[in-house]
Amino acid sequence: MAKISLKKLKHSYYPAPKKPEDYALKEIDLSWLDGGAYALLGPSGCGKSTLLNIISGLLVPSEGHVLFDDKDVTMLTPAERNIAQVFQFPVIYDTMTVYNNLAFPLRNRGIEEARVDTRVREIAKMLELDEMLDRRASRLTPDNKQKISMGRGLVRDDVNVIMFDEPLTVIDPLLKWKLRSKLKELHQKTKATMIYVTHDQTEALTFADQVVVMQEGEIVQIGTPIELFERPAHTFVGHFIGSPGMNVLPCEIKDGKAYFQGDQVEIEGEINPTNSTKTELGVRPEFITFGKKGVPAVVKKIVDLGKHYVIECMCADFRVNVVSVSNQQNAGDAVHLSFKPQQTRVYADGWIASKDGSK
Amino acid sequence: MKTINQKGWFFVAPVVILVAFNALIPLMTVVNYSVQETFGNNLFLWQGLDWFQNLLRSDRFYGALGRQALFTSTILLIEIPLGVAIALAMPRKGIWVPVCLVLMSLPLLIPWNVVGAMWNIFTLPDIGLAGYFLNSVLGINYDMTQDPFAAWTTIIIMDVWHWTSLVVLLSYAGIISIPDPYYQAAKIDGASGWAVFWFIQLPKMKRVLTIAVLLRFMDSFNIYTEPFVLTGGGPGNATTLLSIDLVKTALGQFDLGPAAAMSLIYFAVTLLVSWIFYSYMTKDEE
Amino acid sequence: MKIRAIVPIAYILFLMLPIYWLVSMSFKTTNEILGGFSLFPQSWTFENYMTIFTDPTWYSGYFNSIIYVSLNTVISLTVALPAAYAFSRYRFMGDKHLFFWLLTNRMAPAAVFALPFFQLYSAVGLFDTHLAVALAHALFNIPLAVWILEGFMSSVPKELDETAYVDGHSFPSFFIKVFIPAIKSGIGVTAFFCFMFSWVELLLAKTLTSVAAKPIAAVMTKTSSSAGFELGLLAAAGVLTIIPGAIVIYFVRNYIAKGFALGRV
Repeated sequence: MAKISLKKLKHSYYPAPKKPEDYALKEIDLSWLDGGAYALLGPSGCGKSTLLNIISGLLVPSEGHVLFDDKDVTMLTPAERNIAQVFQFPVIYDTMTVYNNLAFPLRNRGIEEARVDTRVREIAKMLELDEMLDRRASRLTPDNKQKISMGRGLVRDDVNVIMFDEPLTVIDPLLKWKLRSKLKELHQKTKATMIYVTHDQTEALTFADQVVVMQEGEIVQIGTPIELFERPAHTFVGHFIGSPGMNVLPCEIKDGKAYFQGDQVEIEGEINPTNSTKTELGVRPEFITFGKKGVPAVVKKIVDLGKHYVIECMCADFRVNVVSVSNQQNAGDAVHLSFKPQQTRVYADGWIASKDGSK
Repeated sequence: MKTINQKGWFFVAPVVILVAFNALIPLMTVVNYSVQETFGNNLFLWQGLDWFQNLLRSDRFYGALGRQALFTSTILLIEIPLGVAIALAMPRKGIWVPVCLVLMSLPLLIPWNVVGAMWNIFTLPDIGLAGYFLNSVLGINYDMTQDPFAAWTTIIIMDVWHWTSLVVLLSYAGIISIPDPYYQAAKIDGASGWAVFWFIQLPKMKRVLTIAVLLRFMDSFNIYTEPFVLTGGGPGNATTLLSIDLVKTALGQFDLGPAAAMSLIYFAVTLLVSWIFYSYMTKDEE
Repeated sequence: MKIRAIVPIAYILFLMLPIYWLVSMSFKTTNEILGGFSLFPQSWTFENYMTIFTDPTWYSGYFNSIIYVSLNTVISLTVALPAAYAFSRYRFMGDKHLFFWLLTNRMAPAAVFALPFFQLYSAVGLFDTHLAVALAHALFNIPLAVWILEGFMSSVPKELDETAYVDGHSFPSFFIKVFIPAIKSGIGVTAFFCFMFSWVELLLAKTLTSVAAKPIAAVMTKTSSSAGFELGLLAAAGVLTIIPGAIVIYFVRNYIAKGFALGRV
């Protein structure tokens, strides 16, 4: 196991990149502690898979370094780095039995057969594959195949890190949930460093202790699931995490105060001085209530999601979602919306521009 | 999942009718010949299974069968591994891929008698490139019309020249259809190059290789035009393969009955071998 | 990487040698050919090619070949398309055996079946027509066409069919307007292989024709036997038979390898 640091990492798929758009990764500095569970979250094409392949050694970055503990591994092959990776589609060796599939990485490293046998049986038991060790791997269901892929990573007890590249894509929704909790359980048992790449916020937030959100080759925010939810550093994170996402409304800043549609809105703390022409208010639907005072709006649509309602309102031309456990509104009602000041923030050019009032 | 739907027969009907017209009627004609004796003038006499019995006792039949088996197994043993090896060594992307494919496919597109004629010109002892080189530069006494070994070597090299590309194309198609993560996982698992070939590439090529072996087996068992143009079956009977022998019998001696019986036996042999191979290779599916 | 490149390069060189020799011969005069060995043509001549282009028995051979090859490609594709669709979408009684049965038609020794073919097509009045050759060649092209097309069709998700029906397409309109465009590269590959096997076959083509539809390859055998030792002319004719294939292969180069990859075995 090892601590992983990325230093000034840049990558471009073009031989001679010039513009910033030529880079799939724009400049990544990051460090991950030994034994943690991390997630890389972002939409398709944000560079998360590129980053993963650089860490595993399948890609050599254009610039920058990858360090395991304090050893520079940038130029080492995946085998030399001693890592494991599970891919989007299950990769299994069709002609081998489940047992031989699991034993393969160990045998390639010349480990004695007695030790191989113990490890394979141990891991098979953990993954509930012990019943089918003698079966041909090609005849299994996709979720069992994916378990074998994971097993081949876990079977080596000296791996520096295990990486998962959207491993649940081909799995049925019901089994997805099972496999995800299995993974969490395995992390607790093995204490291996795990990096989990996904575009699915639920997967990232339930698996990881710390989530790295990426967009267009850049890291937008690193934080615990709660931090990402409560205080998005960028409107993108606000949109991307949460369902429905954060309400983002244009606002004006005058004398350190924020105004929406001419009305002053209370926010969490001081606003950083800014010259930006694009200033916005961000408030999650969970932190808006209906009241006597506040921003006037008209209820447009009410969606019953079972455990709560999503009430869609219009403030002039802007849509504001409100999440509420109970509902007294009807479509067409005129209402006033009050934003919880501690959870209302100002963003300038997308980035957070108000100071955290709780500190 | 496919639905069970007997409507499928409606769609395959045109194929079945066309193929039946083309295959069954001639097949019946051949079966008809095989049990009769003819003296020309459309005069036929019932002969029963005599031709079959005679054939199964004749040395000539076993000679041709033996030569055919030797020829087919030799070219399969050369073309399949060679084709796979070339496919593995080919570039996977870039401008050289179409260049390789186009140049390699060329022999497949040359009419078979031109292939024979081309190799004839190529190997003429005095003025052919290969013949001249062997005789005058290397000092090897090479003459196809005299030396059975030279004739054999030449028809085998010609067949390798002609058909290895088909195996290359099929294997290459199998190789490029393997998704990248397989190679990446193998790298991470520390697999050697040999292990990658044995556990990833070869299993993934199984489907196309099955068809390659079947096609090469069937086509080489029926090979006629190229060796006929090149050696005419000689010297002596050294390169008289199945079809050449058949034509000699059928047209040369106008012994339609024995020729028909012979071809039916050969047909049965080909069918049996192909069926065993096909069933064995597809038994793991489903 | 560099060392590996030697293998395909060496193989291609091996392939090119006899072809080079054929081309080289075609530009030599008969005197030079019979005079002895020369690596390059000493006195270039186009005489051999001129003979072919000016003599109708020669060039009509090319037209005949091209006509029946094209006819064969069209026939094979037309009947193979629905059959391949059935194999890829439905399960029906005997489907597996049927496919193998189709394949067995490549096994019949053409040398002996040539005579029954001759009788059959004479009986139905098709002897010495392009259609006869095209139909006979369909016998061994259809199994291959079905195999390749089935592979391509199986890679098209079944949802495409269902969506089209929901959109109000009837089966024929779906098949022609939606499905065929979806597998057009597969059709290209199949057409290429039909073309190839029909273009190179001689035995049946020769047996089923006499004058009106005589293929170029048959014209060649006749010349070489009757006119004796006209190697230069033979070589020139041979070179000309390679050209149509080379043109076709150039156009489908990007699909060839892909086409087989998706096939069913």
